[in-house]
Amino acid sequence: MPDLLIELFSEEIPARMQARAAEDLKKRMTDALVEAGLTYAGAAAFATPRRLTLALEGLLATSPTLREERKGPRVDAPEKAIEGFLRGAGVAREQLEVRDEKKGQVYYATITRPGRPAAEIVAEELEKIIRNFPWPKSMRWGSGSLRWVRPLHSILCILTDEAGEASVVDLEVDGIRAGNVTRGHRFMGQGAFAVSSFEDYCAKLKRDRVILDPRERADHILQDAKNQAFAAGLELVEDHGLLTEVSGLVEWPVVLMGEIDEEFLGLPGEVLQTSMREHQKFFSVKNPKTGRIERFVTVANVETADHGATILAGNQKVLSARLSDAKFFWENDLRLVRDKGLAGMAEGLSEVTFHNRLGSQAARIDRIEALARELAPVVGAEADTAALAAKVAKADLQSEMVYEFPELQGLMGRYYAEAEGLDPEIAAACQEHYSPLGPSDAVPSGPVSTVVALADKLDTLTGFWAMDEKPTGSKDPFALRRAGLGVIRIILANDLRLSLGRFLDSQLLRQKITLNRQKATSGEIDTLEEVLDEIADHGVFGAAFQAVIERLKGDGKAPETGNGSVLEDVETALPELSVDLLAFLHDRLKVHLRDDGVRHDVIDACLAMPQADDLTLLVKRAQALGAFLASEDGENLLQGFKRANNILTQAEEKDGVEYSYGADVKFAENDAEKAVFAALDAGEPEISRALEAEDFAGAMAVMAGLRPAVDAFFEAVQINAENQVLRRNRLNLLSRIRAICLQVADLTRIEG
Amino acid sequence: MAQTNGKPRSFQEIILRLQTYWAGHGCAMMQPYDMEVGAGTFHPATTLRSLGSRPWAAAYVQPSRRPTDGRYGENPNRLQHYYQYQVLIKPSPPDMQDLYLGSLRAIGIDMDLHDIRFVEDDWESPTLGAWGLGWEVWCDGMEVSQFTYFQQVGGHDCAPVSGELTYGLERLAMYVLGVDHVMDMPFNDPDAPIPLSYGDVFRQTEQEYSRWNFDVANTDVLLRHFEEAEAECEAILSHPYEDPKTGQRIIMVHPAYDQCIKASHLFNLLDARGVISVTERQAYIGRVRALAKKCADAFVQTEAGGYAA
Repeated sequence: MPDLLIELFSEEIPARMQARAAEDLKKRMTDALVEAGLTYAGAAAFATPRRLTLALEGLLATSPTLREERKGPRVDAPEKAIEGFLRGAGVAREQLEVRDEKKGQVYYATITRPGRPAAEIVAEELEKIIRNFPWPKSMRWGSGSLRWVRPLHSILCILTDEAGEASVVDLEVDGIRAGNVTRGHRFMGQGAFAVSSFEDYCAKLKRDRVILDPRERADHILQDAKNQAFAAGLELVEDHGLLTEVSGLVEWPVVLMGEIDEEFLGLPGEVLQTSMREHQKFFSVKNPKTGRIERFVTVANVETADHGATILAGNQKVLSARLSDAKFFWENDLRLVRDKGLAGMAEGLSEVTFHNRLGSQAARIDRIEALARELAPVVGAEADTAALAAKVAKADLQSEMVYEFPELQGLMGRYYAEAEGLDPEIAAACQEHYSPLGPSDAVPSGPVSTVVALADKLDTLTGFWAMDEKPTGSKDPFALRRAGLGVIRIILANDLRLSLGRFLDSQLLRQKITLNRQKATSGEIDTLEEVLDEIADHGVFGAAFQAVIERLKGDGKAPETGNGSVLEDVETALPELSVDLLAFLHDRLKVHLRDDGVRHDVIDACLAMPQADDLTLLVKRAQALGAFLASEDGENLLQGFKRANNILTQAEEKDGVEYSYGADVKFAENDAEKAVFAALDAGEPEISRALEAEDFAGAMAVMAGLRPAVDAFFEAVQINAENQVLRRNRLNLLSRIRAICLQVADLTRIEG
Repeated sequence: MAQTNGKPRSFQEIILRLQTYWAGHGCAMMQPYDMEVGAGTFHPATTLRSLGSRPWAAAYVQPSRRPTDGRYGENPNRLQHYYQYQVLIKPSPPDMQDLYLGSLRAIGIDMDLHDIRFVEDDWESPTLGAWGLGWEVWCDGMEVSQFTYFQQVGGHDCAPVSGELTYGLERLAMYVLGVDHVMDMPFNDPDAPIPLSYGDVFRQTEQEYSRWNFDVANTDVLLRHFEEAEAECEAILSHPYEDPKTGQRIIMVHPAYDQCIKASHLFNLLDARGVISVTERQAYIGRVRALAKKCADAFVQTEAGGYAA
């Protein structure tokens, strides 16, 4: 069984595409071969900057001959039908076999598909794969029409039999004829050479200074870099992403460690690391005692007579030029902050557009600041501190350093806030208010950071909701789902108790004011701003709006609230937007809780309860209910409730009335019935007390305790008694039981 | 006389060696285009000649202007006026990479001592409606050239594909000559009777243009010129292909393209003056691109653009 070796040799393949391309080559080739009947024993794919390589072991030399039996028409069928069958099966009439069947004599054909040599199949499939390769970006070159990631220069494709005899697979793609020849390292290789097997190929590549396996290159880089750092009493800052990238930039890694000029060592470590990684693809090397970054590691692609001295000197020079820039930015930023503060740095943000309808970054910050002020007391932060933090948290977007390194946003704000001598809580908020960035990113915990992080995300959400640009399907260009999850995680992780509705209302109104500023009259804007001031008092937008309009009417200054006016639009749209946004957050919460193992029916049962915009309460309720339902008491509660509810619901449907008038103990006929009254009378205050204390488990335990009395009652009496007075009273009693149970959650939504 | 081996000694020697090298490899030695442009790509020898089916090979130095990069001659690397060396070969030859490496050897970069790398960097010019795939070439960690296979120009697919090389001459020369500040770089031979540094030649102009670009240029005039160039470009192209006077088919692509170049540079000046907001930027770039596209559309209707009557 022969081995197959394929190498596609091209100009430099982008590092980020190599691993995927090697996998694609392997998958497509092996899938195609197996599909054609060629099994193999093992496959391995590799990539270097200039080649994709696939090695298959133990490939079948020919695909198996396939026999297929096909049933045809009856012997006495019309001639046309028989001819058609012969054509379809590709056999002659004398090759047909006649078999006796129940319905008479029937023709059978046996079709034989002879196996094909592996070389033929490989040639056919490889050409298809090359022509349709799934590069993320591909190109044409010269006068050809073939597309590849960069110009493809040669194709090596050989089958090596057990005797070690290699034969070239006959194949040509766009003028490139496959052969058994390749090249080694661009600078250290000795030109083209022929290979006869995978082992021969690897050995000759190594001789010509190419390490084929990217893992081997990465291991070599990592080990050598660690050793060199260790030998200097230092420590390599490991960076997996960079290691993978750098392994894709070299065929023969040569690790070199260099010095960072003393004058740059005072820059923040993150600046050094980011500049070195982003611009130069250098690893950082730190002093383990101080944590300070003191040197760098670069990986060259070539061994030189001077042992890399020229290369290192060049790299050092480039790094110094880069760091001079960084230092220049850092010093300019610090000077600006010392002269004018972060607030001064933020000034230019009024010229920077956040979104063409939602205005500048400055306008956005103003809104966040206003919301932060409202949220501060709820979170336990000092309002002025939170407002100042919101005001300066994004100032670093105007810094030269963040302009150069956008990924340092927030962190630079923190450094500059510290340099200005701002409250450490404000400095922390500059960095932390972006958190959480992903599902596993930490949530801010300091009250000031929490307020600003929450206000920032709520502002983004309400802004896009106010414009009716919600995420749909897979489209979420502004990462609103992530912002939603961020809001949820911040609230839950910090155990925050707040009615989100009110804050959604006021921030949506701020967005509406922004969006309508051009269109509205100044009177209308004034009115809306008055409403904004009132929301805190009324808790919701609607009531605040009415209050303001009434007051203006009283003053004889009634504004136009109909006829397509801005006020009319805001009055009708805002409550719907607020409800819709809350529903979106509830959906996000469901996803979040489902990941935590909370059942969806349990969440639904709790969402139906009042104060569902208090997410902490909601989750507390859901967790208590979920845990309780899993217990024996929970089962009691649920079954007791369901029994009462079923009978009651049926009766209500039949009678077309709702039994909620209150049962009276004086109509109770027997002891079991009276016992239920007694149990309810005793239980109700206990349940109320527990609910008051948000002790949902306690409340449910009391409810579960009602079951024996209720069960005995069902045993002893017939609910649907002949006597209508008794019947109504009993139904009203069930209604009371139902009402009690429903205080903790909408149990009708629980399945099972 | 430029030496052909060993280390070059001056900025101009590096340019001369590149000229000699590419002339030796069959490129037409073009001269700089006589208009203000932001990069060598704007030269019609690249933009327009990369379109259509006719083969082409050209190399030239192009003075390039980036008003926002002005630093009054103080920054060691940044200039508002600098030189690019540009090579365009259509169709791109199979040994384009080797030809390029040969040019580095020609200017004294010894491959046995240096680390040359091709690092992914796809090129795109939003103002020209052009893009290509290629690399930035690193020498010991420093970007010394841009290497691009043009895929589209002015919205047209490039067929055949041109291979384009752009060398940032000052930066490359500073590296080869071992100079840390551009103004200290020898412009002519340091042993010449009158040795001149880059600073002797350009420091004062950098100061003058930096001041003018950032603070003085009359933005009303610039804006008006932009509108005029835009209108003129479109007006030129709106004329019928047949010249009523000579009766010949004369499409005035180059005069129209001059106006497109003008509009592009005026936009850069306006940008440096800080009068273009972020949102307006996109609109201006779109307007220049629309002109470039119209010129490209017209060029492929000409003989040089591969049109056969």
